[in-house]
Amino acid sequence: MDSFDPLTLARIQFAANISFHILFPTISIAMGWVLLYFKTRFDRSGDQAWLDAYGFWVKIFALTFALGVVSGITMSFQFGTNWPGYMQKVGNVAGPLLAYEVLTAFFLEATFLGIMLFGRSRVSNRVHTLATFLVAFGTTVSAFWIIALNSWMQTPAGVSVVDGKVHVESWLAVIFNPSMPYRLTHMLLASGLTVAFLVAGVSAYRWLRGDRAGGVRHALKTGVTLAAVLIPLQILVGDAHGLNTFHHQPAKLAAIEGVWHTERGAPLLLFALPDEATQSNRYALGIPKLASLIITHQPDGEIRGLNEFAGAHPPVAKVFWSFRVMVAVGVAMLLASWLAAWQLRRRGEPAPWLARALVAMTFSGWLATLAGWYVTEIGRQPWLVTGILRTADAASAVGGGMILSTLLMYLALYAVLLASYVSVVFYLAKKAGQPAAANLEGVSA
Amino acid sequence: MNAELWLPVIFAGLMAISLLAYVILDGYDLGVGVLLPLGSDSQRDTMIASIGPFWDANETWLVLGVGLLLVAFPMAHGIILGELYLPVALMLLGLILRGVAFDFRVKAQAHHQPAWNAAFAAGSLLAAASQGVMLGRYLTGFAPGAAAWGFALLAGAGLTAAYVLLGAGWLIMKTEGELQQRATRWAQRALLGTGVAVAAVSIATPLASRRIAAKWFTLPDVLLLLPLPLVTLALFVLLAVSLPRLAARQAAGNDSFCWLPFAATVGIVLLSFWGLAYSVFPEIVIGRLTIWQAASDAEALWVILAGAAVVLPTIIGYTVFAYRVFWGKARELSYS
Repeated sequence: MDSFDPLTLARIQFAANISFHILFPTISIAMGWVLLYFKTRFDRSGDQAWLDAYGFWVKIFALTFALGVVSGITMSFQFGTNWPGYMQKVGNVAGPLLAYEVLTAFFLEATFLGIMLFGRSRVSNRVHTLATFLVAFGTTVSAFWIIALNSWMQTPAGVSVVDGKVHVESWLAVIFNPSMPYRLTHMLLASGLTVAFLVAGVSAYRWLRGDRAGGVRHALKTGVTLAAVLIPLQILVGDAHGLNTFHHQPAKLAAIEGVWHTERGAPLLLFALPDEATQSNRYALGIPKLASLIITHQPDGEIRGLNEFAGAHPPVAKVFWSFRVMVAVGVAMLLASWLAAWQLRRRGEPAPWLARALVAMTFSGWLATLAGWYVTEIGRQPWLVTGILRTADAASAVGGGMILSTLLMYLALYAVLLASYVSVVFYLAKKAGQPAAANLEGVSA
Repeated sequence: MNAELWLPVIFAGLMAISLLAYVILDGYDLGVGVLLPLGSDSQRDTMIASIGPFWDANETWLVLGVGLLLVAFPMAHGIILGELYLPVALMLLGLILRGVAFDFRVKAQAHHQPAWNAAFAAGSLLAAASQGVMLGRYLTGFAPGAAAWGFALLAGAGLTAAYVLLGAGWLIMKTEGELQQRATRWAQRALLGTGVAVAAVSIATPLASRRIAAKWFTLPDVLLLLPLPLVTLALFVLLAVSLPRLAARQAAGNDSFCWLPFAATVGIVLLSFWGLAYSVFPEIVIGRLTIWQAASDAEALWVILAGAAVVLPTIIGYTVFAYRVFWGKARELSYS
């Protein structure tokens, strides 16, 4: 069994766990704020439909939150077991940031979640709204700390390296490192878009089934409007994030654009099969000069190629294609949300074909978010912390066989949980439209 | 005194308090989970209702405890969790199953619900037993051999019994009627198991480690330490005597002292925990690393300590608030 390379297995296992985990915070971060919005609209207007929307989505929020909590516990154990070299080298940065996440965010969200979910009859309406706010706030604070740490790993700042160990010189520079504001905004918008399409998709599903109560109407409009507003913002922020990557992580950007050799007037490749062996792209199809124009804002601007980072650039094809998947989903999001917003405005309801498209795109935010994270995480390789620690040097001494057997267990579990989650979300949507079942409140955590 | 000396002591203390809070808080809700199959259908809903608002936050203490191990004693985190790789993986499997089953057991399609109920109980049992095995392996310094593994399995059974006792005590306090009566009977059985396990671990630990034996059985330490086992014994006797009496009184409609079994069990857990902590301190990996050898740089610990000093009291404050909101007998859980 030990013939399996423990480094590769440790990476696959960590990637599997963190990919599964990120699905749920991506929803719960923005869903907390959407629920606060529903709740506030009800508080202000007294319109029961807003409370219905709240009542339906809080169930899905509870389910999502539970999956996020339990999959997150796994992470706290694997930081040390899979990457012992990480804390040894950069513990002075990572330790405090992780500790602050647990202390300032995890307890806040977990404790007030109980009151938010089950406390409506036990506390005043004002305290309940406050609890809802604190849960949403907690999820966002948690994102702040973990993105600060991740961004620092991408673009380290504010530290010096003495005797092979990182020492902090300025916490402000560590936290607000060069890529942090871009990555945080990009991720929060990604969360907003994921939730917007989830809410729009599930509401469209109920709409198509003839369930057109006020709560469904409100939720559909909220989801579509949120998506239509956020997607252009996300495209602008994504562009700014790309420029930031160009300045601070040129090797990642070269992989994204498939630029093997430094060139001026680089084309924007729509399709290509990057080939590491020949250091070139096969079947390349591109728009001349557009990559240079987007990135340097000049048609003949220079983009540094992968040849300048020989032996220290990421695997090209994975980064190249992950990026294109993310952008393709983004374009589909733009088209679907603007069309739907236009139809809702003109006719007050979406055309059936568009409603079906929205149902198909219910979990499109997950795809874009995962693809985006693969771009940025694989794009950082071979470094774990850019310029400071290589991934290979942080890996574990735990045997490959042990990692493999637990990896298979996690993968089987995640497959079951993911299938259950998606089917229960649609089952709840179906059940909510049935009058007999509508009054049954779930007993749950 | 210099900071390099006492900062690791403070962090060992913070970590111990987090883990103790975890064992008591998640202990009772895991215990209720293990007991779930013994309740009738409607009793199951009440049992879940008694822990529903709390379990998320309870589990966060584990993240804090392990997080402090990671950030304050990174070398020990790597060694301990590397040695415990399999039991940790099983525990995570248990915690994941249990955590998601909370929601799925009421939200999934009706024909899937029995499976999620089973996952809830099995996950609770797996998490509890794995944590006991982890404790047992840890106490022997991860020694190889059948005797050491036998000890770990004993600790696994023992911690499960203790969690069940906590869970039964919680139910006696938070429920009424037939479920409360049943919980009293469950508590009596769990008390026996917990007693055997605590006694066995207390005898086996000094036998297994000469160093720990020396810490306990030298004069004058032995006299100062004597109250620890004596009070523990007294609490066991108190539980053994009071449980049947409480049952008789509750049958007659008198619910006073319903909190006593839970409180006495918390007392037993507290004393056992500090007994073990005393045995281990100042080592963090028995026979290999002291807390000073394993500690992070003082610069990182200072930053964390400053944050913890402000935030921990706030956390305790709002945790108390949440428990007060759901004070008294458990009612049906409802989102409205």
